[in-house]
Amino acid sequence: MRVSLFVPCFVDQLTPKVGLATAKVLKRLGHEVEFRSAQTCCGQPSFNSGQWDVAREAAIRALEVFRGAEVVVGPSGSCVAMMRQFYPELLKGTPHAAEADDLAARTFEFSEFLVKKLGVTDVGAKFAKKVTYHDGCHALRELRLKEEPRQLLRAVKGLELIETEEGETCCGFGGLFSAKFPMISTAMVQVKGGALARTGADFVVSSDPSCLLQIGGWLSREGKPILPLHIAEVLANDA
Amino acid sequence: MPDSKAIFLKDATVNAADGDQRAFIRKALGGYYTNRDLQKARYRDWERARDAASLAKWSAVNDLANVLEKFTANFERNGGVVHWARDAAEARAIILKIAEDAKAKAIVKSKCMTSEEIHLNDALEKAGYGVVESDLGEFIQQLRGEAPYHFVFPCMHVKREAISELFTKHLGTAPTDSPEELTMIARRHLRQLYVDADIGITGANFLVAETGQISITENEGNARLTAALPRIHIALSGIEKVVNNLDDLSVLLPMLATAGAGQPMTCYNTLYSGPRKKGECDGPEEFHIVLLDNARTRLLSDPEQRDALHCIRCGACLNVCPIFKNIGGLAYGTTYQGPIGSVITPHLRGLKQWNHLSGASSLCGACTDACPVRIDLHHHLLHNRRNAAKESPTLFDRAFHNGFNFVIKRPWLFATGGRIFRATLPLLQKLPLPYMGAWMKTRDLPKAPSQSFRDQWKNQNV
Repeated sequence: MRVSLFVPCFVDQLTPKVGLATAKVLKRLGHEVEFRSAQTCCGQPSFNSGQWDVAREAAIRALEVFRGAEVVVGPSGSCVAMMRQFYPELLKGTPHAAEADDLAARTFEFSEFLVKKLGVTDVGAKFAKKVTYHDGCHALRELRLKEEPRQLLRAVKGLELIETEEGETCCGFGGLFSAKFPMISTAMVQVKGGALARTGADFVVSSDPSCLLQIGGWLSREGKPILPLHIAEVLANDA
Repeated sequence: MPDSKAIFLKDATVNAADGDQRAFIRKALGGYYTNRDLQKARYRDWERARDAASLAKWSAVNDLANVLEKFTANFERNGGVVHWARDAAEARAIILKIAEDAKAKAIVKSKCMTSEEIHLNDALEKAGYGVVESDLGEFIQQLRGEAPYHFVFPCMHVKREAISELFTKHLGTAPTDSPEELTMIARRHLRQLYVDADIGITGANFLVAETGQISITENEGNARLTAALPRIHIALSGIEKVVNNLDDLSVLLPMLATAGAGQPMTCYNTLYSGPRKKGECDGPEEFHIVLLDNARTRLLSDPEQRDALHCIRCGACLNVCPIFKNIGGLAYGTTYQGPIGSVITPHLRGLKQWNHLSGASSLCGACTDACPVRIDLHHHLLHNRRNAAKESPTLFDRAFHNGFNFVIKRPWLFATGGRIFRATLPLLQKLPLPYMGAWMKTRDLPKAPSQSFRDQWKNQNV
C-alpha cells in the first residue's frame, strides 16, 4: 500500500522523531511511505477557537494536499479526528463536502491503521520496559479506539503493560485551552500525571503526541521519573 | 452588569489551586462510578436504553406545542390550574399572586432547580413570606446562604463538621459527626414546617401528557410531604419536561437514577394527579402548575442544539467532568453547572456573557458519553464557540488566527517560521508571550530539535 503521512504541525517542528518512527514501522511492514511537503496544520486550533472560516480554509488546503492519496495515516488521534470527524462538518453544504467525506474515509490514525485496516498486531518490535498507556480523548471518544493500541503494545517483545487509575480521564491539554485556562489545565494534568507516575512505569505511551506534550511537560517540571513516548517510537524498536 | 467571565476566571483559579477541596470532591464522587457501572450492567443493553431514552425526549421536544397542549388539557381535566410564564419575572409574579390570594404565611419547598433559575426564594422572602427548603442538601445550602454546588447534590462540597457547626449556629443543636444524627436534626426541624405551611412548592422531573400527571423523583420523601400536606401545591417546571406517555416515563425513570446517582431507581417516584377529590381524605385543595419558557423556545428554534432540551437534569455530565471536578460547581456562576450548564446558559442568558464557559473545556467528551439521553454536549461547546466568534469576534482572536492562517497557508513560510521558532525557543520561553507564558508557568516544553521532520525527511529521501 502507498501510505501518505499526515504529520501534525507540532510533531514536524517539536517532535519529528514521532513522524520518523511512524514511517519506519510502515516501511518495515512493506509499505511505501510518502510525505507531501505542502501540508502544514490541519486547522484544529482555529476550529476549536470558533474560527471556523479560518479552519475551513485549512481543511480545503488539506483536501488539495492529500488529493489522490491511497490512504492517509497520522500518528495523532486528535489531528486525525479533525480530518475525519470535523472536516465533513466544516465543509457540509459546500462544494467540498463530497471530497471531505472521501478524505475522511481514507484517513486513519496510526494504531487504527495497523490493527483495523492492515490486520496487524505484531509489528516485530522489542522494548523491554514497563509502560502505561494514556488514551487521548479524541482517539478514545471521537475515533472509538481503545483496544487497538493495547493489542499492538501487548505484542511487543519484553514490554510490560500496566493500566493506570484515571485511565479514561483527560490530561487537560485541549489545544489552546491549555494556555487560555492554564489553571484548569494544570489541575487536570496533576490528576492524570499523578496517576501515571504512581503506576511505577518507565514510560507513558500514547497515540497522541499532543497529550504527551502536556503530560511530558508536567512530568518534567515536577521531576517525575516517567517519560513520555509515542506508540510509534515503541513499535519502531527492532526486535 | 457584573463581568461573569472575570468572576469565573478568579473563582476557577482559586478552586483549581485548592488541592484539598478537589480531593474531597473526587472522594465524594468515588462511590458513584462503581455504583453506576453496577447498575448499568443490569440493563440488557445500556446503549440501546440510551437510544430509547433519547427518542422518548426527542419525540416530545420535537412536537412540543402539541404535547404540551395535551398535557395541559389532561392536567386541567384532573382539576389542576395551568399557568404559562414567558420568563422568570412572570413566573415569580404568578406564584406571588397565588400566595397573596391564599393569604399564605409559610411556604415549604422541595428541590427545584427551576426555582433557582427564577430566583424564587428571594422574591418570596422580599414579599414577606417565610420559605424553607425541605430537601436536606438544599436546606443546608439555604442556611449557608449559598447557591447549590451541583444541581443534583447541592451540598456535596460541604464537610460533615461544617454541617454540624451550621446546625449548632442556626438550630441550636449539639455538635455531632454522625450523618444519621445530622439528618434527624433536619428532619425534626422540618416536620412541623410541613404542617404549618399553607403552600408547598415543588419542581417536576417529568410531565406526562397522556395522563396529565407530574412525576417527581426524590430520595428523602420530602417532596411527597411538600406536595401533600399544605393546602396548596404549586409545581414549577420548564416546558421541556413533558413526555408523551407512561411508557416513555418507564424508560426515563430508571435511567435518571442510574446515570445521575448510580441507583437502580430513586427511592421515591411519585405521580401527582391533581388536587384532593371529593371523598378523598388527603392531598392539597388547589394544585397549580407554572410552565416556564424563559428562553427555552429560543433553544428550541436552534435545530443544531435543540437536543439540549432533552436534558433530564440527572447530573451525569457533571459527575464525569474533569472541569467540574477541578473548579467546583460554584465557580460556574450559573444555575446549571457542568457541561450541560456551559451548553445551555449562553442560550438562556446570552452568548456574549456566558461563552467563556464553552471555552473552558478540553472537549474531552466524557460528558457526551455519560449522557443518558445522548445530548451531543461537547460538540455543542464547539458550536457555541463558533457562534460567539461570529456574533462578537474579539480583535485578538481574529488577529491571532488570521496571522496563523497566513503562515500555514504558505508551506515555505511555515518551514522558515518553524526554523526561527526552534532556534529562539529557549529565549521565547522566558518572555511573557501570550499563551506560551501561561503554558511555561507549570509545564516544560521539549528541547527543540535542530531539524524539523520535513527537513530530515528531505535529507533521507533525496
